[in-house]
Amino acid sequence: MFNRIFAIAKKEMRQLKRDTRMLFIVFFFPVVLLAIFGYAINFDVHHIKIAVYDQDRSEYTRDYVSGLISSEYFDLVTYIDNDDQIKKILDEKIVQVVVVFPKDLSRKLLSKQEVKIQFLVDGVDGTSANVIQNYVNAATFSYSLQLTKEYLAVTGKQFYVPIDLQPRFWFNPDLQSTRFLIPGLMGMILIITAVISISLSIVREKERGTIEQINVSPLSSIEFILGKTIPYIVISLINATIVLLAGYILFDIVIKGNIFLLLLGTFAFLFAALSLGVFISTISDSQQVAFQAANVTSLLPSLILSGFIFPIESMPVAIQILTNITPAKFYIVILRAILLRGAGISAFWDQLIYLGIFGIIFIALATVVDKKSKNK
Amino acid sequence: MNAIEVNNLTKEFGKFTAVDNVNFNVKQGEIFGFLGANGAGKSTTIRMLIGILEPTSGDALVSGYSIKNQSDLVKKNIGYMSQKFSLYNDLTVVENIRFFAGIYGLDGKKYEERKKWVLKVANLENMENVMTSSLPGGIKQRLALGTAVIHEPKIVFLDEPTSGVDPISRRNFWDLINELSEGGTTILVTTHYLDEAEFCNDIILINAGKLIAQGNAKALKTNYIKNPILEIESDRVVDSLEILEKEKWVGETSIFGNYIHVILNDSTINEQHIYQLLQEKNGIAVKRVKKITPTLEDVFIHLIEKDSKKNVQ
Ligand SMILES: Nc1ncnc2c1ncn2[C@@H]1O[C@H](COP(=O)(O)OP(=O)(O)O)[C@@H](O)[C@H]1O
Ligand SMILES: [Mg+2]
Repeated sequence: MFNRIFAIAKKEMRQLKRDTRMLFIVFFFPVVLLAIFGYAINFDVHHIKIAVYDQDRSEYTRDYVSGLISSEYFDLVTYIDNDDQIKKILDEKIVQVVVVFPKDLSRKLLSKQEVKIQFLVDGVDGTSANVIQNYVNAATFSYSLQLTKEYLAVTGKQFYVPIDLQPRFWFNPDLQSTRFLIPGLMGMILIITAVISISLSIVREKERGTIEQINVSPLSSIEFILGKTIPYIVISLINATIVLLAGYILFDIVIKGNIFLLLLGTFAFLFAALSLGVFISTISDSQQVAFQAANVTSLLPSLILSGFIFPIESMPVAIQILTNITPAKFYIVILRAILLRGAGISAFWDQLIYLGIFGIIFIALATVVDKKSKNK
Repeated sequence: MNAIEVNNLTKEFGKFTAVDNVNFNVKQGEIFGFLGANGAGKSTTIRMLIGILEPTSGDALVSGYSIKNQSDLVKKNIGYMSQKFSLYNDLTVVENIRFFAGIYGLDGKKYEERKKWVLKVANLENMENVMTSSLPGGIKQRLALGTAVIHEPKIVFLDEPTSGVDPISRRNFWDLINELSEGGTTILVTTHYLDEAEFCNDIILINAGKLIAQGNAKALKTNYIKNPILEIESDRVVDSLEILEKEKWVGETSIFGNYIHVILNDSTINEQHIYQLLQEKNGIAVKRVKKITPTLEDVFIHLIEKDSKKNVQ
């Protein structure tokens, strides 16, 4: 049995070695993805340049500004002193944010009126704008809170805050999105080597008719599939290692958790992904169809629905349910737990079970479809 | 015991019946020819016999095992060369051999011995590292046959092994089939080249999924055409055919190059009538008219036409 599996695996390796297109997909594509996601789409918001237009020039405004720039998210570039400069300084991209304090700010504060501070943002993408908004909100809220406290202390009343907003970015304290992206990237790259390449490699045998020769041999489907998948499992592990190494070298990401748990999670994921790949190969008659099917059912969802880029919690319920079609979703949870938090198996055992169920469902479906095809 | 026994084998694809209640037996050690035009149902029958397609009804015993319930055992005893080229073009000769040896579990000395044999029969000694895609068609087919029988099966199924191969390579391929047969292997081979039927011990002919004739070449020639056949050689073949077909005593006609074969409905007609009709009445030069025993092609054309007429009615 092992000899037969080995014969298939060896043959597959030899063919792969000569198939430049496939080698490209399997090895070069991940590197490109890594470069694109690692650098080009950098969600990090750091050192946003701000200018302050302070028409009040009070203790309050000074405190507020120093609160803002004490974080590394904002760098104070300059103070300006008239309206006309705002447009100029934003247009010339000298700063990205201008903070405007109204003239009567301290007077209003002292007479307990509501105060408005204006933030003018330009020259950043939507994601960064969101992040900026979050920080500004947090900074403003905490300053407000401080003022409230002081005011209440003066009047001698008990201080009570019903809800205390303390935004803290737990497992990614500096909101370093590259760190956050690496798990998703690994999921996506492994999807390519697992789902796409395995389905293409099986369908190619169907297309060329070589599968008939295998079907009449005493080789069982299990032996065939194991033999076919072994090379891609090896390649997937190599790719995973490359991504982790790149993450370490380029972005200083160390594996916080246990490496054996990482391996276990990766195997569970590969099992799910490969069975999806095998299923796709049973329903497609040409490599083109298989490629499309793999793309639609695995690559795109692993990008869009996996929580890689867009948080699942903020999706509509129907879409949240749909996210379960990509095993990358479960894998990303596992990876984030192990890589970023150093969590133990108790943090993600349920994901392992999901992956197992996912894999079993698709292998079962593949077997049913394959049985049916014997009548055709 | 027969190597293969086929009983009421039927395969339907939806409403279409590709193989229609077929029965035949293949004796141990013979070369069994399975003839029929394209789309007649040959490949479908073979795919059922080797256990990769389930019959709609009926059954067959291959090497004593039922293709319905024991397809695993069937597979252990057969070799198969499919109609599509079944080797990997992107592997070298020896890599292909090693792969097929591998999935049949051959290794060590046995592997070396069989590898040598395959290389010898394919005429590829010292060329084992050549890419399979670069081999000429005839050689590819010999290599495919070699790898299909690398595990020395008792029964081999060859589906149109010579289609698209040049005549000399076809001859060589048949030599190889004969060599296998002499070694005791039972061979079932499909072809749409009628001349290849002469190389087979037993023959069946199928048309539109139905078996319409069976027997050895000699029996087929004498059993299925009782009427005399005239072979006519003339300058204007097509014109002659048109004239002949208007006569009541002309049964079926067919053209072989410059020759026309006419099956007569009336055995009192002789060579003289032909000369009269074509040469004297119509001025077509007739070189020769001869009474012949039917070739297998005459028999097949006769049978297929008869069968098709029946289906139309
Ligand atoms: N999987 C299939 N589904 C539907 N029709 C099929 C299938 N396989 C073969 N056929 C049809 O069955 C008939 C017999 O085909 P086949 O056995 O390949 O003929 P042959 O090998 O004699 O040329 C053809 O009309 C073919 O189109
Ligand atoms: Mg065929």
